[in-house]
Amino acid sequence: MDDAIEARGLVKTYRGGVRALDGVSLAAETGSVFGLLGPNGAGKSTAVKILTTLSRPDSGEAFVAGHDVLRHPARVRLAIGCVAQKSGLDLEATGRENLILQGRVYGMRGSVLRSRAQELLERFGLSEAAGRTVKTYSGGMQRKLDVAVGLMHRPQVLFLDEPTTGLDPEARVDMWSEIARLAGDEGLTILMTTHYLEEADRLARRLAIVDRGTVVAEGTPDELKGELRGDAIVVELEEQVLDGEVRRALEKVPELYDVAVEARTLRARADSGARAVPAVLAALEAESVKVASVTVSRPSLDDVYLRHAGRAFSTADQEVREP
Amino acid sequence: MTHLITDTLFMTHRHFRNLLRQPAWVLISLVQPVVWLLLYGALFRKIVEIPGFGAGSYIDFLTPGIVVMTCLFSAGWSGMDLIEDIDRGVIDRFLVSPASRSSLIAGRLVQGALVGIIQSVIIVVLGLIVGAEYPGGVAGIAALTVCAVLLGTGVGALSNAIGVLSRRVETMVAVSNFVLLPLTFLSSVFMARALMPGWMQSVATYNPVEWAVTAGRSGLAASADWGLVMGRMGWLAVFTLVCTWLATAAFRVYQKSI
Repeated sequence: MDDAIEARGLVKTYRGGVRALDGVSLAAETGSVFGLLGPNGAGKSTAVKILTTLSRPDSGEAFVAGHDVLRHPARVRLAIGCVAQKSGLDLEATGRENLILQGRVYGMRGSVLRSRAQELLERFGLSEAAGRTVKTYSGGMQRKLDVAVGLMHRPQVLFLDEPTTGLDPEARVDMWSEIARLAGDEGLTILMTTHYLEEADRLARRLAIVDRGTVVAEGTPDELKGELRGDAIVVELEEQVLDGEVRRALEKVPELYDVAVEARTLRARADSGARAVPAVLAALEAESVKVASVTVSRPSLDDVYLRHAGRAFSTADQEVREP
Repeated sequence: MTHLITDTLFMTHRHFRNLLRQPAWVLISLVQPVVWLLLYGALFRKIVEIPGFGAGSYIDFLTPGIVVMTCLFSAGWSGMDLIEDIDRGVIDRFLVSPASRSSLIAGRLVQGALVGIIQSVIIVVLGLIVGAEYPGGVAGIAALTVCAVLLGTGVGALSNAIGVLSRRVETMVAVSNFVLLPLTFLSSVFMARALMPGWMQSVATYNPVEWAVTAGRSGLAASADWGLVMGRMGWLAVFTLVCTWLATAAFRVYQKSI
């Protein structure tokens, strides 16, 4: 089987009528990092809960490591490791005790159990802290232990739900290299959710952008960025203006497309940003629209998101909360 | 089935170890019974002189009551720990593992029972120190402990059910405060049943706390009524089974809500 994770048409509605997933399909190739990218409340965590057998979809089907999530959840559970958004560590237990208990519920015993725990503690740089209760750990250490706990029984597929949320920049970079190493050297399939565009861009071989419970785009980061022609131009205006007014003014500028206005931010694309900027500024000035700043950038996933979801990532992120 | 047993042992080990890491908690949980036993026992020493009370020494009468009350109260709060585990994601972590689902509740109940046994023994010894006598001997003490622990297991299961359904510490506090003390006063923990108002006597008939106290007290008496002890113990076992079933059902509701 080429795809370690495969989902088709997942729908999930929570009590109270919140439709968290509205027909999500995705496929993650064995031995690669698959990124599930989207703002808070897009449905990423719900998708992970279904794929890890925690939650059942209203409809749709999913296979993980070749097992049907709905028909054989027990087989799926043996094959996966899961690092949820909420850590799930026992704070009153030591790092080693957390690993040992995890190994035990997967049927590991004796010296196999103890040496695996030791191996993971060393690998994640937690040997010295192994005998301390987890409540004394820093955020970064706890997150490392989370991943170690998820790896304890040597799963084939690892789920990482927002692995770097809440980490300081240094710990985040640490986590990134760890994820890259797991997929690279150990051939694990990793499904990672994130709402950091940069993170998905950097780590994921393929990714799906989720918005309001549906996949709005899927592909490699380069494919997705390649769909966008040219550079992104972002103009911050001094005051809010009418969308129509600005559009009319910009119609006269050649090679400018995908114009969108959101509050005081104007976004557009141009084959050559450097050539288009003077013309854009002149057109705005002719309409007496005052400009606060202008930036030109190469296409990023932020632009991909904007194009597919119809709004900027940061705006979407503030709109909703994960159920 | 073997999974259920081994996983329950692992979970019990986890809870028990975490409890022992907080020796302060163990002490605090014993402060209340000691206060009841020493102060209340001394304050109402002469209560046995009321005609119809039917006991020679109040401390003899009170000690089994305090044993039952202590198990009742620690059990009543046990749902708090489950709420904390849910909030921290510990429960979800085990739900995506092959761990037996039932062990997640059973481990808590077994740990509660172990704590109940330890607390009972400590209070029985304290009672001895302040002058209580147990003519029923070891068999009587064992009967009392079994009854108190059965009651505690049932109430602990109910507490877990409320915890998993409400998932709010506030609800847990409100329910426990509202239920535990009234249940104690609606039994003969402090006062001979014959001297209670009629309506309280009627309510007490259906109160599991009363079943445990009556059975434990009878077991400790010079001439134990083993028929009564076994009968009450049977009722308590049924109560515990029903509560455990309720807790498992509540846990399934939680799993469906994820």
